[in-house]
Amino acid sequence: MQIHNAMETLRDLERDLKNMREYYESGITKEASWRESQLKRLRSFLLEKEEEILNALLQDLGKHHLEAFRDEVGTLIKSLNFALNNLKQWMSGKKAKLPKIALLTSAEIVAEPLGLVLIISSWNFPFGLSLEPLIGAIAAGNTAVLKPSELSPTCSAVLASGLYNYLDKKAIKVIQGGPAEAEQLLHQRWDKIFFTGSTRVGRIVMSSAVRYLTPVTLELGGKCPAVVDSLSSSFDREVAVKRIIVGKFGTCAGQACISIDYILVEKRFAPVLVELMKVWIKKMFGENPRELKTVARIVNKQHLFRLKNLVADPRVQESVVYGGSIDEDNLFIEPTIMVDPPLDSAIMSEEIFGPLLPVITLEKIEDSIKFINSRPKPLALYVFTKNQSLQRRMISETSSGSVTFNDAIVQYAADTLPFGGVGESGFGNYHGKFSFDTFSHEKTVVNRSFLTDFWFRFPPWNTHKYHLLEVAYNYDYLGLLLLVLGLKRSCKRKSF
Amino acid sequence: MAGEEPKNVFDAEAASSLARELRGTFLSGKTRSYEWRVSQLKALLKLVDDNEQEIVDALRSDLSKPPMESVVCEIGLLKNSCKVSLRELKHWMKPEKVKTSITTFPSSAEIVPEPLGVALVISAWNYPILLSLDPVVGAIAAGNAVVLKPSEISPATSSLLAKLLGKYMDNSCVRVVEGAADETTALLQQKWDKIFYTGNARIGRTVMTAAAKHLTPVVLELGGKSPAVVDSNINIKVASRRIIAGKWGCNNGQACISPDYIITTKDYAPKLVDALKTELETFYGKNPLESKDLSRIVNSNHFGRLTKLLDEDKVSGKIVYGGERDESKLMIAPTILLDVPRNSLIMNEEIFGPLLPIITVDKLEESFDVINSGTKPLAAYLFTNNKKLKEQFAKGISAGGLVVNDTTLHLAVHTLPFGGVGESGIGAYHGKFSFDAFTHKKAVLYRSFHGDAAVRYPPYSYMKLRLMKALIGGSINGIIRALFG
Repeated sequence: MQIHNAMETLRDLERDLKNMREYYESGITKEASWRESQLKRLRSFLLEKEEEILNALLQDLGKHHLEAFRDEVGTLIKSLNFALNNLKQWMSGKKAKLPKIALLTSAEIVAEPLGLVLIISSWNFPFGLSLEPLIGAIAAGNTAVLKPSELSPTCSAVLASGLYNYLDKKAIKVIQGGPAEAEQLLHQRWDKIFFTGSTRVGRIVMSSAVRYLTPVTLELGGKCPAVVDSLSSSFDREVAVKRIIVGKFGTCAGQACISIDYILVEKRFAPVLVELMKVWIKKMFGENPRELKTVARIVNKQHLFRLKNLVADPRVQESVVYGGSIDEDNLFIEPTIMVDPPLDSAIMSEEIFGPLLPVITLEKIEDSIKFINSRPKPLALYVFTKNQSLQRRMISETSSGSVTFNDAIVQYAADTLPFGGVGESGFGNYHGKFSFDTFSHEKTVVNRSFLTDFWFRFPPWNTHKYHLLEVAYNYDYLGLLLLVLGLKRSCKRKSF
Repeated sequence: MAGEEPKNVFDAEAASSLARELRGTFLSGKTRSYEWRVSQLKALLKLVDDNEQEIVDALRSDLSKPPMESVVCEIGLLKNSCKVSLRELKHWMKPEKVKTSITTFPSSAEIVPEPLGVALVISAWNYPILLSLDPVVGAIAAGNAVVLKPSEISPATSSLLAKLLGKYMDNSCVRVVEGAADETTALLQQKWDKIFYTGNARIGRTVMTAAAKHLTPVVLELGGKSPAVVDSNINIKVASRRIIAGKWGCNNGQACISPDYIITTKDYAPKLVDALKTELETFYGKNPLESKDLSRIVNSNHFGRLTKLLDEDKVSGKIVYGGERDESKLMIAPTILLDVPRNSLIMNEEIFGPLLPIITVDKLEESFDVINSGTKPLAAYLFTNNKKLKEQFAKGISAGGLVVNDTTLHLAVHTLPFGGVGESGIGAYHGKFSFDAFTHKKAVLYRSFHGDAAVRYPPYSYMKLRLMKALIGGSINGIIRALFG
């Protein structure tokens, strides 16, 4: 009975995808009016169903409404407005500069949708990571299948019913499920796969994409370091600490690909920093962060135990200077700080993805460069410093998806900056126009007239023709004229 | 006693050691400076200038390529690529300042182009100089170290490249590995920061599979059946010449963007065939097998493949011009076929040779369906004066690049991205697109410690939520209302 059902589902899936492709071939999703209306309806979904969305995030992840709005709903509305305001411009072709010699030719670069795309999203920002890519896919004129994560089921259900009711169901589909459904989806033919998730699954996605030579964008993760210089001004220190605390504990309890994973700080400044962090953790999150929902929950038991294990290492236990309590039943871990856990411990080699903050001390802050470079390239690098020389060194001597100075996480909200990784943190990028581009094919269209032709383009070949072609290729219009008129000779050419 | 030197086998260990060495050099920062990149690009230019005759000779040995084609299509285009890069490099290397909005206010931001690290370039045999060195130009311009693996099917050029790059370039950063499947496999097992492959879809898949293990981004420049649609009411003489130039004038049809086949109306086909015959005779004479202006077929493997396409039962009777072959010289004459069946071999694989099938339809609009029934090609061509048809073509045909009223030219324009879509490839290059292909665009955001928005931070309150909404919405009234309740 079970096997019969599975085949039924596969048949249904293949039929659905076939229908979606036919719908795409009809050309309707290429129309500016369709794209605009879909984006507007997506915005309506977010505005009208806001309460449902915020409640789903509270349910699945224990996110406070404000955190949910700040990080997901609000950011999405901003992105939608940006896309709507710029859509016409993005859709219009770009004229390419042509060498003068080409005279009556014109050339354009036209953005074309890829076709039917697959978006696989993650559980920690279930709306943001599903809909940001979807905005790009729609703006670029594609049809799309969205596979949200089964680890945030309430959110997935809200997405499924929301998109079904608000968007063109012939063009946009949500398919819920777990790894089995994902695998089935990956076996189908797609014109693009956009994946947000872990490195391990990223490899599986890219391997699956080989079959149809499908281009992919992989938004993965890594250990995002925050380098904290010895700030002299107490005002700056306070602002830095607040931003660090929110960047770690206040953003899905550290379960974000761009959360601060660990801190690098000079030995002599570390105590100052740690004390200030303790003060502000209390001020921001209160005495009972779980009750106040100022810190989100761990998504499930499996991740809770994973995090528990990271701290279970006795050497790591020893290094804990704040927090550490774990409420298994409520899937809650208190904001925890540790100072100098051993570098070979699991907590310092795996992506933490939780509210545990190791502080690693260094002799000199410049040593952080070597430290960072000896590890896989992270998705984000954060540097808190006013020292411009250090800033410059950080940019030119390390590699990461992005670098943010004196803050954390906010780069996610910048529409003009590409958001994506490098090396093990992924490849490809999105946000703003980059979303549009990632779901587009830049097609060149060149127009030539019948009127001009360079007879020397064609065989049979001889030396004279060569001279002419050489000059033409050097875009030397005047030289060409002189050669044709016999007023110029090219010197060092041997004959053919 | 004077023993022979053991043959150097390039195995996985050698590949690993090579990758490690180049990565070490890259991490030292050597390849990042503007000066290094310029010196290498100039060295490449000098390499080509100083050794033009040797290059022409190697291409003649590997492909019997007419010197004119070698000089114009390979050397000329490569030199142009170097010159464009040298001219534009400073500009390309500059960080791009971008505007920031209220969501990150106050802040400033820029996009900094960063080299990826160590790149692997795997090249093809048909334009072995251009397709090896053009991507290398991009890798170097972007500040990477690079390993080049030229094709063993063009051995003279491969060994010439190894010799010359060894002599002219900085060996600590730029290397050539010669060899075939084993050597390529050994290379593909290593971790690279980018792999740039030119060739066929089958090996393209092998490359992408290997890349997936290390999460290495790839550019795949593949091929396909690039169609040429020919309308009536055109200057048929000019059109024919341009088709011939794009087909037989490009390595005798062995080019990824040669017009693979033609689609025209039943009525127009005879005129087109006549025009092509006339021009072909002008170009190559009455005995094209003797013409010095045609490349030969690269090897007996491909010769056999092409003759099999010609000799298929349902196809052999459709030859209307040419069909002559000389196995001893690996030459096949320019051949035109008319109305081959759609299910013939020749219509179901990329021809990559001097055979030009002409498919006829009743109405020209049907040609779009024919094209769209296959996989997306690298290029598609249309010859017409009909404005509406041009628009329909541009809108309805998806391919790497489209050219109206000519063939193959877009390859030579460095302001146009050159690459495929779907089965014809992933990614693009030429000009700045080459630089970008080997670059990571790093986003850099500078925030001030001032101008903090308390609304971001816990403890959370509904006042903060209202204010945040107002800020996102961007309306002054909303902000005032939120602030003053």
